[in-house]
Amino acid sequence: MKFEYTITTQNFTTAGEASSNTKKTLKLLGIDSKIIRRAAIMAYEAEMNIAIHSRGGKIQLEIEAHRITIVAEDQGPGIADIDLAMKEGYSTASHEIREMGFGAGMGLPNMKRCADSFDISSTPGGKTRVVMTLNL
Amino acid sequence: MADYFHSVILIEEKCTGCTVCMQNCPTQAIRVVDGKAQITPEKCIDCGICIRVCPYGAKTAVTDTMRDLEAYDIKAAMPSMSFYSQFSQHYSKTKINNALKTLGFDEVIDQSYHAEVLAYHLGNLSEDPQQVKPMISTYCPAITRLIQIKNPELIKNIIPIETPMEVAARLYKEAMAERNPGASVGIFYISQCPAKITSIKKPIGLGRSSLDGALSTKNLYPLLMQILSHREDYSQELTAAYLGENWAILGGQSLTSEIEAAIKVDDIDEVAKILDMAELGKLSGLKFIETYACVGGCVGGPLNVENPFIARYRVESRTRSLSPIDIDEIENNFDFGKLLWDLEIEPIDILGLDKDLSVALEKMDRIDKLLGELPGIDCGACGCPSCRALAEDIVQKKARLSDCVFQKLQGGPKNATL
Ligand SMILES: Nc1ncnc2c1ncn2[C@@H]1O[C@H](COP(=O)(O)OP(=O)(O)OP(=O)(O)O)[C@@H](O)[C@H]1O
Ligand code: SF4
Ligand SMILES: [Mg+2]
Repeated sequence: MKFEYTITTQNFTTAGEASSNTKKTLKLLGIDSKIIRRAAIMAYEAEMNIAIHSRGGKIQLEIEAHRITIVAEDQGPGIADIDLAMKEGYSTASHEIREMGFGAGMGLPNMKRCADSFDISSTPGGKTRVVMTLNL
Repeated sequence: MADYFHSVILIEEKCTGCTVCMQNCPTQAIRVVDGKAQITPEKCIDCGICIRVCPYGAKTAVTDTMRDLEAYDIKAAMPSMSFYSQFSQHYSKTKINNALKTLGFDEVIDQSYHAEVLAYHLGNLSEDPQQVKPMISTYCPAITRLIQIKNPELIKNIIPIETPMEVAARLYKEAMAERNPGASVGIFYISQCPAKITSIKKPIGLGRSSLDGALSTKNLYPLLMQILSHREDYSQELTAAYLGENWAILGGQSLTSEIEAAIKVDDIDEVAKILDMAELGKLSGLKFIETYACVGGCVGGPLNVENPFIARYRVESRTRSLSPIDIDEIENNFDFGKLLWDLEIEPIDILGLDKDLSVALEKMDRIDKLLGELPGIDCGACGCPSCRALAEDIVQKKARLSDCVFQKLQGGPKNATL
């Protein structure tokens, strides 16, 4: 079962929908609330990164009997130094974005912490793709 | 599975099946079946929004009656925190209490004192590193139930202390047992909302409530006004007022507990959004989330009568010049270890599509296909609050595709397998 959510850049009224839909869907499927919480955090941080740092993209949620997969993919501009981006507290968020309560530099580390497997790939100037799974 | 008690009920004869309550229910607990707005017990949180919005008065709260007082030797009234704000300042607290006594109560218990005591404890807890933050109080039972249903991962953030109402009732009964051994004592809450009534009849976190019944402010108000306006009061003795009365208004719990890193949220839809953010770990800098299902706090309760903003003004005027209860008095008289819940708060499982995940996934797939058949305009004519809700009800065999008026007009689904 697959779901796809489109994320528009800089749109903070709809940002959060991928996460809340993920939560509703998993709840309806009767998934354990601890797992739902982890999946919701992963989807939320991924969609926020797309809305804040990229030109737009999509989140895919796939649910199988043994696993949940969340794939976040955007249209660039990519991340130059992934190791640096993965560091807790590292952020390039603007002053305005920080004013809105984002930009603590905790999104990617939190996604990795919540996921059972986490893979990020990016080319500077190109796409960023994050693939995360949760075992059921 | 838990058995449910709800004080919110439908008066079938008055219901026209108009769908207003269904469209406004924050947990989508209402379905119009055979022209009547039925409540799904496991989803209802007793917030009372349906009581407020029903144009025909078909939703109401079950209460006890004045006759139920007769079962007790000593009859005590415990007004809600927002009760006095329902009356013009022209009527003093003493006068209002005397009117309650004229109605048939022997005593009136003031829980605003206990709210202030608990506020002190709340302030201390906010500094305790063992306490999970941000803390959420159980003061509004509709929110506690919302968390049980929608945000079970936040149950650990709920502070384990009893409500002022329960503490006040228990201490009163203990004192009465010493003063009048053998006498039966009945405490009746004068409620601003169905959620509090439910929390007395079927408490969360407590085996049994120390209160014995509940009446509604709305029902008593005309009787009290009649007494108040027809009589010059004899006694003008001053009845004590406490800062704890601020718990009737948004911000009152944070104010009295002196917690600065707190957000104060009213309106159940806004509270739901904030709770979702807290569950995502986005509010970790906060110590306390003060929540009320009703706009403005309990002054906006569905069984109150006054405009909530006027009521708020009255609470503020009455409490502005008060000084807090002496800390030594609190420290010497209260053992906070005894003011804790005696039961764990459990999550409420709204049944998913199926216990077996692969079956649930198949049903989810069907919901998706059904959504393709439905117009997606959430018109409500089928008796469900949204097309999605109808699709879910169809796979759960609680509704049929032909319940959709558009399907009827069109003469059946495009996808013949549905
Ligand atoms: N999809 C993306 N496209 C381009 N750059 C990204 C993307 N996601 C993350 N980054 C870069 O990685 C940095 C760290 O991301 P991370 O999510 O950990 O923190 P943040 O978004 O800056 O702050 P927070 O998530 O705590 O609000 C970002 O500041 C940004 O420079
Ligand atoms: S905010 Fe107050 S009046 Fe409204 S439901 Fe909650 S406890 Fe009742
Ligand atoms: Mg981020």
